Amino acid sequence: MDINRVGGLGYVLREGDLVRLGALARHRDVELDEGIGSRCPMITDAMAVLGHVAIRNRGTVAGSLAHADPSAEWPALALALDAECTLMGASGVRTIPAGQFFQGFMTTAIGPGEMLTEMRFGLPPPGSGSAFVEVARRHGDFAQAGAAVVLAVDGDEISHARIALLGLGGTPLRAIGAEEGLIGERPTEEVLRSAAGLAVESMQPVDDVHASAGYKRQVGMVVVRRALAAALGRCQASQ
Amino acid sequence: MSGVPVIDRSLVTIRANGVTLSAEADVRMTLADFLRDRLGLTGTHLGCEHGVCGSCTVLLDGRSVRSCLMLAVQADGADIETVEGLATPEGGLHPIQEAFARHHALQCGFCTPGFLMTVKEYLAEKPAGGEAEVRERLSGNLCRCTGYQNIVAAVSELVEEGQP
Repeated sequence: MDINRVGGLGYVLREGDLVRLGALARHRDVELDEGIGSRCPMITDAMAVLGHVAIRNRGTVAGSLAHADPSAEWPALALALDAECTLMGASGVRTIPAGQFFQGFMTTAIGPGEMLTEMRFGLPPPGSGSAFVEVARRHGDFAQAGAAVVLAVDGDEISHARIALLGLGGTPLRAIGAEEGLIGERPTEEVLRSAAGLAVESMQPVDDVHASAGYKRQVGMVVVRRALAAALGRCQASQ
Repeated sequence: MSGVPVIDRSLVTIRANGVTLSAEADVRMTLADFLRDRLGLTGTHLGCEHGVCGSCTVLLDGRSVRSCLMLAVQADGADIETVEGLATPEGGLHPIQEAFARHHALQCGFCTPGFLMTVKEYLAEKPAGGEAEVRERLSGNLCRCTGYQNIVAAVSELVEEGQP
């Protein structure tokens, strides 16, 4: 089945703070949308390591979500953005949060006879910061571990935190305990370091031919720490 | 699916380097095989045939794509640019090809068509340049001869000169 000729699905729309990506929106279309990149630089970070330009010219955001590779970039971005997925089928339309979309290894909530027609998310508010960091064996490869992070700081305290990890389980995973632990804290290096440790504690990566589970956990901690630091820097830069 | 006619061949029409060409294609034939075996455009090279090496890169409606990862039928009606479209009909080299020659940016030449088309898309974006950006843009194309240094030099010069 090839949907490339279905009209009207290739949109990248910004309606105020809401971003809507149609089923045929290409990675490259999103990458080149300055309004998205300036408000949500973690998307720009992630596009830079998602394959290469020729791949991003053809590959779609919805395709990455529906494929649900746990090491892919978009599934983790979707979690960190609190995105919603619109599923359409003969029986109607339903919208489900990204947190319920990924159900297992390369398995999603898309039912028989349904297709993913749109992903939508709110841009993080001005004053917040986001970052995406991954480690892959070669530039453009699927990551061994990666993190998508959104932070907001109110006064001296962290007021919003999202940490989504890729490559550390059968699905992309939010580190909810680490997120909750950050709220109300002053964003010191020590606080970010301990959140990174907490984030990977609950993860259960598996050994594969390229890396042991222990290595992935270690790399996971490092990418979370780096993404938190980069996101915090962007919070401060935008204030 | 009894009663449903199976379509296993299709007429594919593309504009290849500005010339409209049509040929029959097996519906599962890749765009790369179609260009080479049906249209005789053998300048597009196939290395890995699974999207890793970049040798088969062509431009589809101005954007770089791996022609080994697309079916010919998906390109029906599209504007395709291949390496054959770079030189003039009289044989004069394109500025990108001249820069590659000047900098000895190829040795065996197998990967070169893919590099040239990747660079054509890049230069059309009026890039800022810089070695890091050039290397990032070339990172989807593999070359086993040159060590990339001379390719980077050729492309950097093209960016500095504002070549098309």
